[in-house]
Amino acid sequence: MSMLRIVNGRIYDPANGVDGEVRDVCVAGGKIVADVAPEARRLDASGLVIMPGGVDIHCHIAGAKVNLARKLQPEDHRHDVHPRTAITRSGVGGTVPSTFTTGYRYTLLGYTTAMEAAVPPINARHTLEELHDTPIIDKGFYVLMGNNVLLYKLLEQGRRDDFRNALAWWLSASKAYTAKLVNPGGDEAWKGRRNANITKLDEKIESFSLTPQQVIGALIEAVDELGLPHPAHIHCNNLGHSGNFETTLETMRIADGHRAHLTHIQFHSYGQVAGKSSNNPTSRAKEISEYVNSHPNISADVGQVMFGKSTSMTADAPLAYMLARFGGDKWVNADTEHESGCGILPFTYQDRIYTHALQWAIGLELFLLSKDPWRMVFSTDHPNGGSFMSYPRLIRLLMDSEFRKQEMAKVNPRALRQTALADGLDREYTLNEIAIITRAGPARLLGLASKGHLGIGADADITLYEEHEDKERMFGAPRHVIKDGQLVIEDHEFRAHHEGRVLHVAPDYDPAITEVIRPFFEDYYSIRFNNYAVDDSYLGRHERVPTAKQRATGT
Amino acid sequence: MAETMTLIGGRSSRQGTSLCAGKLGAEYIEVSSTLEMNAEDMARLGLKDSDSVRLRSADGEIVVRCKGKPAKDLPAGLLFIAYGPLSSALMGSDTAGSGMPMSKNIEVEVEAVVG
Amino acid sequence: MSEQTLTIRDATCTFCGCVCDDMHLTVDVNAHKITKAENACVLGRAWFKEHGIEERPFALINGREASTDEAIEAAAQILAQARFPIIYGLSDTTCEAQRQAVAIADMIGGNIDTTTSVCHGPSGMAFQAVGESTATLGEIRNRADLLVFWGGNPAESHPRLFTRYAVTAKGMYVPNGKKDRTVVLVDVRRTQSAAVADIFIQVKPRRDFEVLWALRALVKGHSVDPSIEAVTGVSLATLEDLANRMKSCRFGALMFGMGLTMTRGRHFNSGALLALASDLNAYTHFVAKPVRGHGNVTGADNVVSWQTGFPFGVNLGRGYPRFNPGEFTTVDVLGRREADAAMVIAADPGANFPQAAIDHLRSIPVIVLDPKPTHTSQLAKVAITTATYGISVGGTVYRMDDVPLTLRPALPSPYPSDEQVLTRIKQRVSELLGGNRVPELAPDSLAA
Repeated sequence: MSMLRIVNGRIYDPANGVDGEVRDVCVAGGKIVADVAPEARRLDASGLVIMPGGVDIHCHIAGAKVNLARKLQPEDHRHDVHPRTAITRSGVGGTVPSTFTTGYRYTLLGYTTAMEAAVPPINARHTLEELHDTPIIDKGFYVLMGNNVLLYKLLEQGRRDDFRNALAWWLSASKAYTAKLVNPGGDEAWKGRRNANITKLDEKIESFSLTPQQVIGALIEAVDELGLPHPAHIHCNNLGHSGNFETTLETMRIADGHRAHLTHIQFHSYGQVAGKSSNNPTSRAKEISEYVNSHPNISADVGQVMFGKSTSMTADAPLAYMLARFGGDKWVNADTEHESGCGILPFTYQDRIYTHALQWAIGLELFLLSKDPWRMVFSTDHPNGGSFMSYPRLIRLLMDSEFRKQEMAKVNPRALRQTALADGLDREYTLNEIAIITRAGPARLLGLASKGHLGIGADADITLYEEHEDKERMFGAPRHVIKDGQLVIEDHEFRAHHEGRVLHVAPDYDPAITEVIRPFFEDYYSIRFNNYAVDDSYLGRHERVPTAKQRATGT
Repeated sequence: MAETMTLIGGRSSRQGTSLCAGKLGAEYIEVSSTLEMNAEDMARLGLKDSDSVRLRSADGEIVVRCKGKPAKDLPAGLLFIAYGPLSSALMGSDTAGSGMPMSKNIEVEVEAVVG
Repeated sequence: MSEQTLTIRDATCTFCGCVCDDMHLTVDVNAHKITKAENACVLGRAWFKEHGIEERPFALINGREASTDEAIEAAAQILAQARFPIIYGLSDTTCEAQRQAVAIADMIGGNIDTTTSVCHGPSGMAFQAVGESTATLGEIRNRADLLVFWGGNPAESHPRLFTRYAVTAKGMYVPNGKKDRTVVLVDVRRTQSAAVADIFIQVKPRRDFEVLWALRALVKGHSVDPSIEAVTGVSLATLEDLANRMKSCRFGALMFGMGLTMTRGRHFNSGALLALASDLNAYTHFVAKPVRGHGNVTGADNVVSWQTGFPFGVNLGRGYPRFNPGEFTTVDVLGRREADAAMVIAADPGANFPQAAIDHLRSIPVIVLDPKPTHTSQLAKVAITTATYGISVGGTVYRMDDVPLTLRPALPSPYPSDEQVLTRIKQRVSELLGGNRVPELAPDSLAA
């Protein structure tokens, strides 16, 4: 791989305490190095802002549910086609782009890593096949474990070691990055009893002597014990429901000092007017924010809502059904045996609607009230809150209080009055803070030691932006993007094809666990145990990210 | 004398198994050129098992051998044939904007082949 | 003897969309034959046991024997020179091959379509209109206490749908199998599948939509006029009984076949059924599932969707994907005599298509990749023999419920795989086109 010396750029590398200094960045062998030979190519970055490549900690870009959502909406693609070029494949955009277009468009925004957030393990192969066709960026996925029937049975029987070993086996067998929990306990009610849901964390889960509380606690603890680079990634119960902030606080308390990541926390920060029959939510961003600020074991991504077309796709099937009943538009439900549910529907967030405006404002509150940008990071839960293509606009909302005021003037005023935005919350994010919430922070939360920074030895994933007063414009079209040391975008044009890596874990487990799992498969799964685990041929270029123990022992 | 009936193309076990041996094999050709027909309809048209019968649709014409089925399995006026090159010859290529040619319940004129 | 016998456990049968992955195969290595396929149904046994490595030429060009290399060169020349090339088939090959086929279509600005367009394509259109409540087959096996089969004859087309996944199979919440389930069959004729049905409902041909729509009304508590019987052949009392059963079951599944998609109403029929299943979720848990025919037709839908955004009937002639059933579906493209070259992979439009479409295929250069001679290979200019997926070729296939599986090939083959041939055709076409063919649109024509 070629050598490169980037000169005269202003560098934002918060992980290494670099805040806007002009200095050289040297690249060789796909990594950041201290120096390169004088004959190395020089890239003049005068007037450019240099940051590590963006890292998306939570998005939905590949796999069975994403593909159903793609198939579902030809209308989403036709207005936004992506023609082929001599070196790039064609595709379509919209809120659920085709795989190639997804990879290119992330790169065009300066993002070089993205994590698919919800995959039932039985569909892991599908996700990996799509990720293989998602070019340039590095990628991985979280595997759904919060409604796993066999894990429930082990937990119910108090077999904590078997539980942890089975979890480790599942992560390894599916080539996942961490365990994801979605509405724990909800699937059994949804599939088994007139489409019900679970609403309290101490409620008994249908068909089991277990509560969501026990499931959440056990998974948080087991993931921590396994020493995974990223903790349990949690979509709390009661997403979208008025008054759900209590559930969210309770979930964070269950962690009890263990690491836990709460995802799209905006959707979980709603209050309810006391004693009123009205179901309209209120903002409880302040309480949620205070809890996160004061508990360093907790991290979160915001899940900002952006006005316009989105696609709701979630493993939280009862939630999707509820949303579908509001809109009456097409709706997809897909039950996955013993592992997950799934709901999909087109959705549009409108600034005049009270609830939508409130959701938008709560997201901004969470950003602006956060005291530790390393632990309250950037996301729209693409494409649930909005497409990743709206990231530049969201960055402008955070960096430019005048712009924010203009936008606030357009939204439902009754909703806005509920929030701290109305009280003159005029904080503006700095470039350094943006670098934290969009790359350095997510990389650190993911335990990716060589990403999110520009120190020696880091992956040479680098984005060079043209400085501009209009931050949406600035972040919407970086001048150059370097992936693994290769200039894939130069002067806004694709110059090279690149295949990114699949990031995955392979925690150690007691091999005897397979004889605990196999009989369950023989009785209840529709595919054979021997055909379940995903073999290495599906990984392509990949990187196994070590667990704490593997790192310590060098295995 | 010709009568108008409704032809259903479909799969059958033997069509499936003979497919594995090859579509150009004798068994597949035999399976896909046998027409199932309501036994009373056959009697009225003067047909018995293995007689040749001509089917004519708006788009084509084929000659196949017929085989009787009781009314409880195949009501009067319905015909069944395993998919194959012969059934295809009766299909039109207009898909009415769907991509799918009308492959089942095709109106056909049925008559015995004399001699 | 023992060293000449090989046993493959948990191999996958790709004959139909059930894609059963519990085949225990016994292979006679010397004879190049699979002698036993434990767990296989009658179709699966034929699939495995009829398979032999035939003495076929590696390729035919204009009917003359040729090497694979010569055939790849000839195929690449045809595709690179064509102005409106089409690629079709793909439902009986691996996802790895399908990915290469879409890549070629993208590179040459061609049309890509799969056999979906002539099986459940209308269901795909219905899906885009109303969505779908669905489930994996294991979910149906473990939970469904009401099964309604509509417009299909699984006993003959998908035998193990009944025994492994749905009817007699025992499950977590239906431990006694069929005893714990009610099975309904709806069709225009009494097929062999009626043997497992507790209730058989015979519909007049071409009247499925009316029956489905009446059921939607009844489920929602609207009244339906008794004259429905004269129209559909099904009495109001029968429909009311079915509607009640559907509303009061614990977990219901509607599984439907091409009896709905290939007849009057097409996507409206599928849409009515999908809407009925969705409606029922106001009362209980209900899912629907198109019963897919070919071993990897579901993979084809998935691959074409993730690469282009659309499931079938996609045209890349403008340099980006456009989807329009009826326009870019293969029967139509051929029927209008638009295509000037065709590449057919693992399908036989020469036998299955309407005559007008076949006539046009005969008039243009056709490339065929298939393990066996077919009507299409007989009319092809270039016919390339490839190894059979699932028997001699590994890779990925998707079951009808979108569950992906990895194949365990049992027999070596002297022939290359579809993926290998397509990859080489792609490379050669790329050389001939000097990279990718980017459409040259005159600025004037864009402005106009």
